Amino acid sequence: MTTSGRSFGAERGPYFGAFGGRFVPEALVAALDEIDAAHTTAMADPGFLAELAELHRTYSGRPSILTEVPRFAAHAGGARVVLKREDLNHTGSHKINNVLGQALLTKRMGKHRIIAETGAGQHGVATATAAALMGLECVVYMGEEDTRRQALNVARMRLLGATVVPVSAGSRTLKDAVNEAFRDWVSSVDTTHYAFGTVAGPHPFPVLVRDFQRIVGIEARQQVLDLTGRLPDAVAACVGGGSNAIGIFHAFLDDPGVALHGYEAGGDGVETGRHAAPISAGAAGVFQGARQFVMQDEDGQTVESHSISAGLDYPGVGPEHSWLAASGRAHYHPVTDTQAMDAFRLLCRTEGIIPAIESAHALAGALDLGRELGPEATVLVSLSGRGDKDVDTAARWFGLVSDADLVASEAERVADAPQDTEGSGW
Amino acid sequence: MVSTELQDSPTGTRTAAAAVDDAKAEGRAALVAYLPVGYPDVDGSIEAAKAAVAGGADVVELGLPYSDPTMDGATIQRAAEVCLANRTRPADVLRAVEEVASTGAAVLVMTYWPPVDRYGVERWAADLANAGGAGLITPDLIPDEAAGWLAASQEHDLERVFLVAPSSTDARLETTVRASRGFVYAASLMGVTGTRATVGAGAADLVRRTRAAGAERVCVGLGVSTPAQATEVAGYADGVIVGSAFVQRLLDADSPAAGARAVGQLAEELSAGVRTRP
Repeated sequence: MTTSGRSFGAERGPYFGAFGGRFVPEALVAALDEIDAAHTTAMADPGFLAELAELHRTYSGRPSILTEVPRFAAHAGGARVVLKREDLNHTGSHKINNVLGQALLTKRMGKHRIIAETGAGQHGVATATAAALMGLECVVYMGEEDTRRQALNVARMRLLGATVVPVSAGSRTLKDAVNEAFRDWVSSVDTTHYAFGTVAGPHPFPVLVRDFQRIVGIEARQQVLDLTGRLPDAVAACVGGGSNAIGIFHAFLDDPGVALHGYEAGGDGVETGRHAAPISAGAAGVFQGARQFVMQDEDGQTVESHSISAGLDYPGVGPEHSWLAASGRAHYHPVTDTQAMDAFRLLCRTEGIIPAIESAHALAGALDLGRELGPEATVLVSLSGRGDKDVDTAARWFGLVSDADLVASEAERVADAPQDTEGSGW
Repeated sequence: MVSTELQDSPTGTRTAAAAVDDAKAEGRAALVAYLPVGYPDVDGSIEAAKAAVAGGADVVELGLPYSDPTMDGATIQRAAEVCLANRTRPADVLRAVEEVASTGAAVLVMTYWPPVDRYGVERWAADLANAGGAGLITPDLIPDEAAGWLAASQEHDLERVFLVAPSSTDARLETTVRASRGFVYAASLMGVTGTRATVGAGAADLVRRTRAAGAERVCVGLGVSTPAQATEVAGYADGVIVGSAFVQRLLDADSPAAGARAVGQLAEELSAGVRTRP
């Protein structure tokens, strides 16, 4: 419960404490109001909820399972560590939960085109997938730097029929893809829904995305109860924009005995300035449509973020996380690239699971939590995605392939890449 | 209603409201020119803005460059990136305001909200007023989120120019008009800044609806770049706002002096445009 006696879990926006709101061009207000109304009525419509539940069951593979990982946990002070396996979802991450909901909303609003931004590509792939499933036109904006880091996911999106637009402005990463998607949307809002990928942006996106991700925590809470007979002592999740973390945290917000820990991308270390940890090392400000913690310089200009994980390489974080941090209900910590990759390797070697590098940040946090809480504790970890998209990055990090091989592979990929993002007739 | 109390600012600052009204008294629309502070450098942008005034601009919008300009198209964003690479800071913008205002033109600052939020709304309002600025145009700040700015602008007699869009409902038009001082900025189309072959077909209707919502002065921007378009918009609006076309002149110039000359020339052409009967 909050200090005012209200439930943390009952907050619906547009503000979460001092955070949130709508810092957007007037041109978008009508569209945001339309989405807000569609979302509110849909969530009260048994037909909509049944259709979404059926898609989860028959298409994305829900409920996702819980996996206990004792060999990994042996490195975590002996605490029980259980993983919520969002990596087993269709398309390989929690992103599909949100996108299926938003694609249904798109149809409900009578729009035929869906746009999205993506960093690591997981949200882009999920959006392209849902668009293919529901017959929607799909355009995905992706920072040019990320299209290079995540070439495999670019190919996936194109195979699914989406147009992928590399964004060459700014830092050429996720924040610039968001900017470009907003530019598209302001010009096309009559026909287009912007399927925002995380719990950030202007209201109602933070609450809309959260509502579609809550299923992760609802399932996990019951699964941990079934497995251990009690609630977990701590929940760990990686935090970029924050959608998987809110998804798993939300069911526990009003369980005061459950500690909530978010792990931001510490990059080279927050003391170096090369990181993506706005809560740990940023300040409250306005960014991409909402008041939130953000990495800004003294003039309010956005500072470029850095992370080995394209999915966490974002200088902002959602307003609900900002509020949970400011209120003390959840705790946020930076995890460096090195710590994340060490945890990545440990899970691979001890349990036969290759996690997304994003999720490896939460795994690194779980190791610390387990050591701190001791062998009687249970730590629930959101394994938000699987690592097939990150194999190239990991192989480079661990030196598993020679530089010569990588150069040759890169050259071949460039040569084979479609030159035209549209109408390639694939 | 848009306030008329700023016709004679206590500080002697020329207001946009006065500039628009003076143009109206001449039987024409006002010309509003946008230029980003810091392109090609701070001094160069000041010279360009003065050239725009000399060429006939009644109001100058000085842009405070921001790293994530979501309302801007490629032209203005490209210039903003150079401004930021030049480390253009709020203090540079305030100096530009002071110098351009000294020409007698009304000077508004156009800014995304994060830099002002970071600077401190009250402090920014005080410093802007001291520099002789008339007020702010805020493309990503809607009245719903503007409580701090409404109070600070009232305190320092500053104009606040909010935007309306073709998608604005009548109720939102009324809210926005009530919150505005100086003029209301009507976005001619759903889109971002940039030159276009034609002005949005809905612009005239948006001006009509905004006036019906109570606005005394409505200026039209987004996509206006040629004298003919200026003439067309002047036929139904109180002011014609041109941005990307000016910025493109600077981007195309091979020296700051040539850029300022090109800006001055375009201002002359557009100034003739707003004086021509459609």
